[in-house]
Amino acid sequence: MRPKKTNIEDYLRMYRQMVKIRAFEDNANKLYLDAKMPGLTHMYSGEEAVAVGICEALLVTDKITSTHRGHGHCVAKGADFKQMFCELLGKEEGYCRGKGGSMHIADQSNGNLGANAIVGGSMGIATGSALRAKLLKSDDVTVCFFGDGATAQGLLYEVMNMAALWKLPVIYACENNGYSEYTTTEEIAAGKITARAEAFGIEAHQVDGQDVLAVNALAQKLVQRARKGEGPFFIELMTYRYHGHHVGDINRAYYRTKEEEFEWKENRDPIKIMGQWLASEGIASESELKVISDTIYTEANEAVEYALAAAYPDVSEVTMHVYAEAS
Amino acid sequence: MRQITLSQAVNEAIAEEMRRDPTIFLIGEDVAEAGTPFKVTAGLVEEFGTERVIDTPISEPGFMGMAVGAAMTGSRPIVDLMFGDFLFLIMDQLCNQAAKAHYMSGGKLNVPLVLRTNLGATRRSAAQHSQSLHALVAHVPGLKVALPSSAYEAKGLLKTAIRDNNPVVFIEDKLMYQDKASVPEEEYLIPFGQANIVREGRDVTLVATSSMRQVCEKAADLLSEDGISAEIIDPRTIVPLDETTILSSVKKTSRAIVVDEGHQSYGVAAEIASIISEKAFYHLDAPVIRMGAMDVPVPFSPVLEDLTVPTPELVAQNARKIVFGEMIHGL
Repeated sequence: MRPKKTNIEDYLRMYRQMVKIRAFEDNANKLYLDAKMPGLTHMYSGEEAVAVGICEALLVTDKITSTHRGHGHCVAKGADFKQMFCELLGKEEGYCRGKGGSMHIADQSNGNLGANAIVGGSMGIATGSALRAKLLKSDDVTVCFFGDGATAQGLLYEVMNMAALWKLPVIYACENNGYSEYTTTEEIAAGKITARAEAFGIEAHQVDGQDVLAVNALAQKLVQRARKGEGPFFIELMTYRYHGHHVGDINRAYYRTKEEEFEWKENRDPIKIMGQWLASEGIASESELKVISDTIYTEANEAVEYALAAAYPDVSEVTMHVYAEAS
Repeated sequence: MRQITLSQAVNEAIAEEMRRDPTIFLIGEDVAEAGTPFKVTAGLVEEFGTERVIDTPISEPGFMGMAVGAAMTGSRPIVDLMFGDFLFLIMDQLCNQAAKAHYMSGGKLNVPLVLRTNLGATRRSAAQHSQSLHALVAHVPGLKVALPSSAYEAKGLLKTAIRDNNPVVFIEDKLMYQDKASVPEEEYLIPFGQANIVREGRDVTLVATSSMRQVCEKAADLLSEDGISAEIIDPRTIVPLDETTILSSVKKTSRAIVVDEGHQSYGVAAEIASIISEKAFYHLDAPVIRMGAMDVPVPFSPVLEDLTVPTPELVAQNARKIVFGEMIHGL
């Protein structure tokens, strides 16, 4: 299929957004390895097509809930590098003034209701956001991102039941990266994951999570239908995380092989796949894609330098924001 | 002034607020046509419809979590949790999500919701429908906790809770639903963090939460027969807590008993007693006494269950001991 001219900008933006996520994660990992970042973080590298394919189908007014592996969702929903790196480093200019860190970045100006450090913890929040949309007659859609590991949480089944009963505009996006922390998905998930949604009468799809065009095409359709009140929907996105469960999970041989990791990085990489397609369709040459990538990596480096130099919050902020003020 | 029950007071507060603000909705198990097992929300569905009075499946973590998401994005949910004992079921959504969202987001996300539930033993409901678990939620920063002690208090405090921009846990004593009190027709709100001096006295301060207020009022009557004048303070909200009123009272009377229906160990009574000991120590003439529920699961058999909660007689007995100086010999 020859791409339409009007879509060219969309394709290039999807490519850029995926490179942005990779650039963010490469830098975050380096900050960890150089002992410049407090705590740990969970890398999204390898899963970029999932967040970008879905978020490119959303409007700023649409909502998402994210996970402990949430940098990708945050970037894909429009967040800014500087505020994100500042948050990772616990700086005042971070999205959460340094109070949330990697696992709690929230960017409500772009509809990101926050990453969540409880596996499956945001399923209620996403479904509640969709309930609010229905009650207040707003046409926004909420996407709930979660991993295959989170399908073992009971909350999912409680809220899918209510979402289906009340036809809520929510899309459950299960990022199946093959591992629930340090355990293969086959060991923790009985039966088909999509069958669980189907049990509630929810239309469920499985899609190649490394193919941003396939993800986006499906997401566009489902988001539009959800907006019209035909939701909820469920998508299982087959993907892979390049790093361990978190940046400190270095020795992984006991649960997965180096050969498997190599195979995904070499032949299933979402950025490579999209780059090759853009080149083969004559939308962008390899050298043009390299310029895109170099520009983004430069921006990321600058944002890291900015964040390293940025101020920590004043100690008086420790008791700020425990309670919201009266409106 | 007209007399209405605590149940009616709660119902009126919800109805008035729902009329005022279309973003408020009520959600929980059997809140619509059934009006809850205690009939507290009866009639609301007729006025506001099933869109705003929402019956859920028996999925407490599910609807609690949904209330959090709805609150974050522009609604103001009132969640009905049928029994306070079910707090254990929703702890993640309440304490990890609702309580922390504002802080973790650096003030960007608000979670304006009210979780209504209940406490109270002696209803012959055994260990899983009789607990008073407010200490659990009071322990978690980010939650406010209100404990109405009468119909009047319930209406004024609930209206304040609904207008608050934070998650508020509002816990009614289920044995008080039919208790009547004078409640004005005209609108009033009771601010959080302002204790009520229920009765003024000279010799001993009785700090009493929720229905322990009635227990302490009866105790005070018994004590007056012995010439002991008891002052009763109802904190109204334990988060925020009005320390000033409690400490002023203790500084006047020099003695204090804190009575709360939660388990006595590691509880609300212990916290308030500790504050008194730390901040009014040199004004005290006797040790501060905690009185809570016995540290046992609530038993079913009436002869056993009645032993587990503070009674007017026990409060009066303790008050006599500290007023007459028997404490030096130990209780």
